[in-house]
Amino acid sequence: MTFLTVVYAILFYVATIVLIGGLAYRVWSYFKLPVPLKVFTAPAPRTRSGAALRVAREIVFFESLFLSNKWIWIFSALFHASLLVVLITHLRYFMEPVWGWVALIQPIEPYASLAMVAGLGGLWVRRLFEPRTRYVSGVSDHLMLALLIAIALAGLAMKFVSHTDIIMVKAFYLGLMRFDWQPLPADFFLLVHLLLVAVLMIVLPFSKLLHLPGVFFSPAINQADDARERRQLASWNAAFDALREK
Amino acid sequence: MAEQDLIIPELGEHLPTPDIAEDALADVRSYPAKPQLQEALGFPTELVEDWEEKAIAKMGELLEKYRSLRLYLDICVKCGACTDKCQFFLGSGDPKNMPVARQDLLRQVYRKHFTAGGKYAPDLVGAKPLTREMLDEWFTYYHQCSQCRRCSLFCPYGIDTAEISMAAREIMDSIGMGQKYTNEVVLKCHQIGNNLGIPEAALRNICEGVEEDLEEETGVSIRVPVNEAGADVLLVAPSADFFAEPHIDGLIGYAKVFHQAGISWTVSSHASEAGNFAMYLGSYEHMHKVSTRIRTAAIDLKVKRVVMGECGHAWRAAYSFLNTICGPWDFLDPNYPIPQHICEFTQDLIERGGLALDPTANDHMTVTFHDSCNPARAAGMGGYPGGQFEIPRSIIRACCNKYVDMHPDFIREKTFCCGGGGGLLTEELMPVRIAGATPRLQALKQVMDNDGVTHMAAICAICKSQFTAILPKVDMDPDMIVSLHQLVSNAIQLGAKD
Ligand code: SF4
Ligand code: SF4
Ligand code: SF4
Repeated sequence: MTFLTVVYAILFYVATIVLIGGLAYRVWSYFKLPVPLKVFTAPAPRTRSGAALRVAREIVFFESLFLSNKWIWIFSALFHASLLVVLITHLRYFMEPVWGWVALIQPIEPYASLAMVAGLGGLWVRRLFEPRTRYVSGVSDHLMLALLIAIALAGLAMKFVSHTDIIMVKAFYLGLMRFDWQPLPADFFLLVHLLLVAVLMIVLPFSKLLHLPGVFFSPAINQADDARERRQLASWNAAFDALREK
Repeated sequence: MAEQDLIIPELGEHLPTPDIAEDALADVRSYPAKPQLQEALGFPTELVEDWEEKAIAKMGELLEKYRSLRLYLDICVKCGACTDKCQFFLGSGDPKNMPVARQDLLRQVYRKHFTAGGKYAPDLVGAKPLTREMLDEWFTYYHQCSQCRRCSLFCPYGIDTAEISMAAREIMDSIGMGQKYTNEVVLKCHQIGNNLGIPEAALRNICEGVEEDLEEETGVSIRVPVNEAGADVLLVAPSADFFAEPHIDGLIGYAKVFHQAGISWTVSSHASEAGNFAMYLGSYEHMHKVSTRIRTAAIDLKVKRVVMGECGHAWRAAYSFLNTICGPWDFLDPNYPIPQHICEFTQDLIERGGLALDPTANDHMTVTFHDSCNPARAAGMGGYPGGQFEIPRSIIRACCNKYVDMHPDFIREKTFCCGGGGGLLTEELMPVRIAGATPRLQALKQVMDNDGVTHMAAICAICKSQFTAILPKVDMDPDMIVSLHQLVSNAIQLGAKD
């Protein structure tokens, strides 16, 4: 067992705990915060199932963004869709045997990675050169894009620049999951790729990347327009109700 | 603000997105509320000594009370999609009027005090302490937001700058930094029952005057009753409807509609105001107090229904909040929406053939409609999504032969604010109001030039006041703004149904 293997093994345990624990904590903290008023952005669906559908449309199609800005929509749709594909194809490192459909779409992974870089690149170009977006961008906004692009490029380098023994990588991850550590190949691009992924997993719950679970909780989008029919209550309504004389 | 300081926009064919003009509106500040005023509302009279601590504590309190606030401060990805959506940015180029930049004023402080990133890597995530300069920027720019929610519509997460500006105002009030105009209005509403401070005697006088004028003009005795217990309907109108032009023509329209429908109605001197400026303050307590007047009046006057007059933010406060804040309203007739909008009321009558309307009475006009932002994006109408767009248009079409919509990008849910909502309808903010009105006026100018539009109807007291004040400054005729029920008033054939 090399030192490197030990370091990466521990790193990924930590990153996984931070990611899952952090996200669970954030989701829980949003969940328990009160929503004392009806603040849907109209026109809104009249029923709760309609509102759930609206949330789904936002998540799947980025509906508001499409309405808002076609360029951002194209780039971010490209990025998110290819990220999804890459995440799915990466499942093969965590399962044995690999589900048939995951194996089936595996050949498109390099293209998806390239599309991801293109989407991120487009977003970054906008951030750098579109004056309004540039004005509202902070250092971290640029760093996030840099991080994601670096992850994708390091991943692509393993395919196109210097080949990595992915059988060993898979053994490493399966080993992590079974608490039976296996050696990790000491390839430069692989180590960079994995290190950055771990960094991403760790910062995700503390950063704006939180928009992921956040979409579900946005009252502007997830509330139904039933204000006249359903009284939206918070814990303090009873105290206010008691105040009135009639 | 002297007249010569005003930048008067040129209205052309298109609405260009302006270049960034740093600090373009930085000097346009609301007047602060005087100590007596602050005191009367239960706020500190002047900036408290340990204001920084107190402000952060208040922010912490609000973060625990409103999921929207914490979520929206957390999840913005700075995508920039909202940056060209706010009418105050479009009309001025001031970058701090871009919704995300406006949010950032609060977000920077939030990050500093409430997030790990802000504590350990403030420069990286743009976290900043609450300095005096920052507080002054809050005061300036959170009073340049009309809480119109246009940004929310276009944000992929629905991030609603109105929620953030309400929180900022609530924090500022809590440390003694209130805005004079809004606070004055709230106090008047608490003390006298309406925003304009019209006492009961004057209200009775006005309503009697309207009755006399109506009788003289039409030969029909049409009532505008005040405090008549046992009436079917309590009408809660914005107080401007009793006072200002063209608002009062709307009131006359309501009176004629009730008359022809044969439904008894009354206004109340206790709740002689539909508006709820406490909403602009973000103060739940004051909103509760203002809303409760309507409940009390409805119970005292033993009415069966509550109908709201033409007022944008009032309709949000009524439609979206009234049930929550002072419901349940189980003492009213459940067969009608509670509360009901006057447009729903009129539309219902039209559909049932209850009104005799002659659209040729408005043949001297070609009318367009300004969707007021609060009904458009913060409420509903008619019980179906988009009713707030269809119903007013349908009433106008029933009353006018010539109706034209403005450019589809600038109406319905995408409508612009008039530039005067959210507590901005005050003289010292005139440059902001002109900037905010510019996108709407641009769209209006387009249909005037291309389609011969002569009048713009609105269902909001603030919109009407704002446009009436701004139009002369851009060499347009203020009389082209009309109340929707003014069109009904013109078209209605009195006597036809008697
Ligand atoms: S559109 Fe929404 S997420 Fe994008 S910058 Fe504006 S507020 Fe942030
Ligand atoms: S709520 Fe309206 S005024 Fe305020 S930032 Fe958003 S678009 Fe601008
Ligand atoms: S005055 Fe009218 S347009 Fe302006 S904020 Fe109010 S409802 Fe919106």
